Amino acid sequence: MTRGEWKRLATGLTFLSPWIIGFLFFMAIPICLSFYYSLTDFPLLREPVIIGLDNYAELLWRRNETGGIGDPVFYKSLWNTFFYAAMALPSGLLLSLALALVLNLGVKGQSIYRTLIFLPTLVPMVASAMVWMWMFNTRLGVINSMLRSIGIEGPGWLTETQWAMPALVFMSLWGVGHTVIIYLAGLQDVPAALYEAAEIDGAGTWARMRHVTIPCISPVIFFNLVMGIIGTLQVFAIPYIMTGGGPARATYFYTMYLYDNAFQYLKFGYASAMAWIQFLIILVLTGIAFWSSKRWVHYQGG
Amino acid sequence: MKSRLTIAQKLTVHAALLCVCLAFVFPFAWMVSTSLKPLEQTQELVPSLVPRPAQPQNYGEVITHPKMKFPLFARNTLVIALLCVVGTTLSSAFVAYGFAKIEFRGRGVLFAIMLATMMVPFPVTMVSMFAIFRWMGEHGLGNWLGTFRPLWVPAWFGSAFSIFLLRQFFRTLPVDLSEAARIDGCSEFGIFLRVILPLSKPALAVVALFTFMAVWNDFLGPLVYLQDQEQYTLALGLQTFQSQHEGTEWNLVMAASVLILAPVLLLFFVAQRSFIEGIATTGMKG
Repeated sequence: MTRGEWKRLATGLTFLSPWIIGFLFFMAIPICLSFYYSLTDFPLLREPVIIGLDNYAELLWRRNETGGIGDPVFYKSLWNTFFYAAMALPSGLLLSLALALVLNLGVKGQSIYRTLIFLPTLVPMVASAMVWMWMFNTRLGVINSMLRSIGIEGPGWLTETQWAMPALVFMSLWGVGHTVIIYLAGLQDVPAALYEAAEIDGAGTWARMRHVTIPCISPVIFFNLVMGIIGTLQVFAIPYIMTGGGPARATYFYTMYLYDNAFQYLKFGYASAMAWIQFLIILVLTGIAFWSSKRWVHYQGG
Repeated sequence: MKSRLTIAQKLTVHAALLCVCLAFVFPFAWMVSTSLKPLEQTQELVPSLVPRPAQPQNYGEVITHPKMKFPLFARNTLVIALLCVVGTTLSSAFVAYGFAKIEFRGRGVLFAIMLATMMVPFPVTMVSMFAIFRWMGEHGLGNWLGTFRPLWVPAWFGSAFSIFLLRQFFRTLPVDLSEAARIDGCSEFGIFLRVILPLSKPALAVVALFTFMAVWNDFLGPLVYLQDQEQYTLALGLQTFQSQHEGTEWNLVMAASVLILAPVLLLFFVAQRSFIEGIATTGMKG
């Protein structure tokens, strides 16, 4: 390296130093430690004892008392999380895309509509949880009151096992505004020339959407998909506040079981193993999303 | 998509958007409506949107409620938020300058590592950080648990998201200005301070805004690291208040929720453009 390169390296690292230090102390070391803990029995109040892959075995494949494999609560929470993701992500992405397309039509007052749709995403999670708990309230909630006024006896939205998760999925749609904004920005980047060319070729509205709009915003769709996966797999606050994981673990999410293992049962090793499995799942799913994007994501200009 | 819509199509669009917006806004209206109701009205089986009579004293009751120390929680949240906003903005700008304007060996690798850290789920570090903090406390290396420190100190070392945002922004600034300053003998830090930072006010505003929102919203962090009720943030305080009040006074809970929501809405209306641009940028250049 030349003298100039050394000097630039020194300067660069100086500017990066806060991040490097922070990375070591709040990322690298905790991550390594967490992996180490996942291989131990660590009830917090005693020193960790290495037990190899025991935590993973107990979580994933060891025969349990009821004759099944792995930890049933672990699989239940995993299933719940995936189910929620499979319901909330597609409906959220579709709704936000539809809204963005409509908003992009350029009718008068669209910025007001856009703002109103965006407003719910600003609401702190606690406040969201409170108002929706109140609206979902079986006896006094406004949703069941409105149903009652047309003669339908609404279910216990948060107290019946088959309705709790759908209720949470429905509630998640309230927050699509954030994604709508991102889609709108992407839509505005679609060159008008492409639309004109398509029109000249005789393409109708739907055809234009399929062959111009969607391909052009596919990077944005992809970005929202990946962020959505990473996000929904870590859902915690809303179900924790609204249902505590119930009824009968119907809304017991993965991160909630992780949290309980760490801070209720004080099984830090077990919780760390869960964290690593979660990490792995996110990596794999993101990898699949990236790989599949080669098929349908088109970047402009190349 | 600039299209020539017929009047009928335009009306349909307006009608659809109106319905959608009504649905989206309804929970807000219901929150405020309930917050102004006397307790008996919240227990009606067929509630009405309009409280009769409106009882704004509910808000006073929430603020002075003995079981929920609202002013204390607000102060706690504000302190943490301020520390995080200042820390994140300054440190992230500093680091982003290094990534954006200094060409050095290995920069790409380090940048990739930084981006990768955004994919690490919080639980991975949360559990071991808790153990580390506890160990430090027991071995006299400083008290972190039972203080605000775990919630704001990391912010002073840069946030990957903010660094990324600012780095993208810095790269759009013309090189000539920095070059001219460099020729004039200005140090890199001087360029950073006197040339780049003043030009970056919009981007810095976005970072400050997003950081504030994240702190105001944070639930899991305070839940894990804060143990003394005196230190609770608003989010944690409200949740504790509600969960310990079986057969809750929903009018008070709604009033508290409105109070937690209000600063954020205010901030939004004041800084609207920053918000929208900030979100749009993350999705576009992501």
